[in-house]
Amino acid sequence: MKKALSRLYVGLILFFLYAPVAVMIFFSLNSGNSVWVFESFSLDWYAGLIFDDSLLTALEHTLIIALLSAVISTVLGTAAAVGILALKKKITKRIVTSVTNIPMMNADIVTGVSLMLLFVFVGKILGLDESLGFLTVLIAHITFNLPYVILSVMPRLTQTDSSLHEAALDLGCTPIKAFFKAILPAISTSIFTGFIMAFTLSLDDFVISYFTCGHYQTLPIVIYNMTKKTVTPDVYALSTIVFISVFVLLMLYNMLQNKNVKKRRHRDEY
Amino acid sequence: MNIKRIFALVLSIILAASLCGCGYTYADITYEGNYENSLKGTVLNVYNWGEYISDGSDDSIDVNKEFEKLTGIKVNYTTFESNETMYSQLKSGGVSYDIIIPSDYMIERLISEDMLKKFSPNELSNFKYIDSAYKGLFYDKDDCYTVTYNVGMVGVIYNKKLIKKPKHSWTALWDKKYKNMSLNFSNPRDGFMTAQMILGQDLNTTNKADWDKALELLKSGKSVLQSYVMDEIYGKMETGEAAIGPYYAGDYLTMYENNNDLDFFYPEEGTNIFVDAICIPKCVKNFEAAKLYINFLLEPEIALANAEYIGYASPNTAVVNNEDYYYYQNKILYPDEKDMPKVQYYHDIPSDIRSYYEGLWVDLKLY
Repeated sequence: MKKALSRLYVGLILFFLYAPVAVMIFFSLNSGNSVWVFESFSLDWYAGLIFDDSLLTALEHTLIIALLSAVISTVLGTAAAVGILALKKKITKRIVTSVTNIPMMNADIVTGVSLMLLFVFVGKILGLDESLGFLTVLIAHITFNLPYVILSVMPRLTQTDSSLHEAALDLGCTPIKAFFKAILPAISTSIFTGFIMAFTLSLDDFVISYFTCGHYQTLPIVIYNMTKKTVTPDVYALSTIVFISVFVLLMLYNMLQNKNVKKRRHRDEY
Repeated sequence: MNIKRIFALVLSIILAASLCGCGYTYADITYEGNYENSLKGTVLNVYNWGEYISDGSDDSIDVNKEFEKLTGIKVNYTTFESNETMYSQLKSGGVSYDIIIPSDYMIERLISEDMLKKFSPNELSNFKYIDSAYKGLFYDKDDCYTVTYNVGMVGVIYNKKLIKKPKHSWTALWDKKYKNMSLNFSNPRDGFMTAQMILGQDLNTTNKADWDKALELLKSGKSVLQSYVMDEIYGKMETGEAAIGPYYAGDYLTMYENNNDLDFFYPEEGTNIFVDAICIPKCVKNFEAAKLYINFLLEPEIALANAEYIGYASPNTAVVNNEDYYYYQNKILYPDEKDMPKVQYYHDIPSDIRSYYEGLWVDLKLY
């Protein structure tokens, strides 16, 4: 009885989480453009995507920004985490950690507007007649990704035995080599988690991009701008493709992690 | 690392598909204007409403691609969803555009704030196609700044199965018989318009008492109302979830194709008419290309493709008189003179009155 109830509960939660996506996938396979009558099965909206330049350009922008910002913020965030841990005074350590966490609590709209003001202000000082664009969205995305990467790398780094680094030094590594050979492999999963988090956050972002993108409009913005008229089913098709790619990626990632955990256990046993 | 490879593969497939942009076959079009190639390699920044240009879907013409092919000018096309967004982007000074396509009242504001550049549309070879009714409009009496792109009117859409012969009046939205079945606009200007029309007010009134009265009327209608909507109206009307609601005439035609039980009328009290017009902002960087692009949009075949894609009324006589035009002599988009409703344009309203009625609108939503 108890088991049945808990299953029902989990089932309901999963239902509410995935029902909207399921409906969207269902209607992306509709031959008509109604969200009510399912006329017949067709892949027309998927085929039609090839023609929709504005959506594809927007997707390209989104992917480029997501990838670049995730990579850069992962590198910067990992370096920052190492740096923060190496701080000698406890109080400075705590202050720096809090300061890097603040952007996470900040409302997106505040971050967006203030970044835009900053960019335009600096642009005017530099005498640019167009300050917003690719570079500004990229900087904005790195800014809001950074704390998440730090947050994911920091705990793992604290857990790693400090003697690991010392042992590597004893065995003749230079400090830099010791970091890459000994520390980095030990924290690689958490770095990758940080990367995935940064990537998905950047993929999702609407508010901050909205204020900082200029001509470089990303996918969420282009879709939002369709709402004066109405969102067409090729958007469902595109969203389905994006959803399935992210889903497959995360599955692969989880499988890989499980394998790693098993391997580690295996190693520990002997 | 296996996962990284798969990751890279998936991304590169998506990226490659998006980069190639293949698939579109160019149309065979004869142009009337003269498009010399001297601006080849330059960039033109166009800022337009979303879904407001023919994009090559369903064998239509991809207007921007055709322009790029013809002139060698790269079109950097971006979109907005409201006049206010467009205005704030332009005002921020962080971006520059060569072409913008806002609506009437916003153009009035842009001109009064000296944000548009004069360019004498009369010198464009295709300007002759614009119907004289859409030349010299109130915001641009001498045709110095704008070329009309689109025309639309607001009307009432209803479901024949759920509502038998409604009175052709805005009061139908207040009718208690349709309790929880009627919709209204969720943006203040259009929402107030429905009440202002019943009260017989000037839509651009600067008398606060008028706005108060309209608010009272809207509040009284809230017991009948299902919800305030914008594009959600598509789903609600097509599924029959709502029975009656106001929206733009051209969008009714799109909804009708998905649900033939829908019908449409222009209320007898009159309604709002709006135009969207092509302008060149002061921050323009590629002025010559901008003029070329405007002339291109007026080409009979290009204007036809846009009119069919957008589904609003066209100000272009070459389109309206073309028998092959999908909406040729359509009675909703182009009513006969005797059926033509009394229409009023929105004008730019002074900012103190604007913030006053926007405040009232918040009151209404919370009421």
